[in-house]
Amino acid sequence: MSFMELIKRAKENQDFSILSENIPYMKSLGISVHQYGGLLITTLKANPQLAGNPWIPALHGGNIGGLLEMAAIVQLAHDQESDDLPRTINITVEYLRTGFIKDLHAKALVTKRGRRVANVQVQCWQDDPNKPVASMHGHFLMS
Amino acid sequence: MTDKALMERIVHFRSKPENQSPFALYLGLEIVDIDKGEATVTVPYAKHLAGNSLTGVLHGGIITTTLDAVCGLSVIAALGEPTTIATLDLRIDYLKPATPDEAVFAYGHCYKVTKNVCFVRGLAYHKDKSKPIANATATFMITAKGTGKRVQKNAQPELAKEKPPT
Repeated sequence: MSFMELIKRAKENQDFSILSENIPYMKSLGISVHQYGGLLITTLKANPQLAGNPWIPALHGGNIGGLLEMAAIVQLAHDQESDDLPRTINITVEYLRTGFIKDLHAKALVTKRGRRVANVQVQCWQDDPNKPVASMHGHFLMS
Repeated sequence: MTDKALMERIVHFRSKPENQSPFALYLGLEIVDIDKGEATVTVPYAKHLAGNSLTGVLHGGIITTTLDAVCGLSVIAALGEPTTIATLDLRIDYLKPATPDEAVFAYGHCYKVTKNVCFVRGLAYHKDKSKPIANATATFMITAKGTGKRVQKNAQPELAKEKPPT
């Protein structure tokens, strides 16, 4: 099943677990999507294997970036009716705090959706939403 | 060019169990080359890390991880001594999708070291560096106090010889 079909199915059933089951990257890393009211939260489950720094230990920056990018794509795909898969043009990740081996939650905000390009901001946090671990902004090709 | 002594030092340091990065181990990330301020690594293709099971194309997150790792490694290679660093920011431009079944290579070049912050450029590609998958720009913070100031004296003259982008 294509990504857009998975999103469509998830929206119909109000159950996003179908994404984690069918997308190898999400399954391998333990990324899941949950809906709270109208809000989509993408979560990276705590796992010591995802650490990049063995001494603290802290999450690898790439995994944080991967989660943020995933959150943006899921939000864009969820919001649109068309079958075009949003493709990443670029992302800029700002690392603000150490990501510990704890669940990491991300929330995406579509700043602007154009006909061809969308601009998205994503923030992620662990215990306190007011203490972001990293923030990302990115551009995505919509057609 | 390879700085054999530096490469041996870094590879030896990273081979100790207590210094191994769990996620680098999970990915099978390996160091290919180290020079002063430069690093090249490779990550084998893995089906279970695809972003799309139909096409088998690796997820962007894996490219992000590989670039973050190689950029960080190039900073260590510029500083020339084991220290702790943290990514401040990382920008990635995706130039084309990765080809399934092919190993990903990534090259990082730390072109400027200051007391606290290091500036890096990175490139991800398959076999051919002139056909990149993604381009990265990153800045790193030297978290261990004093390291930057100390190595700056040694590192700066070498790094001043700016190389043209390849």
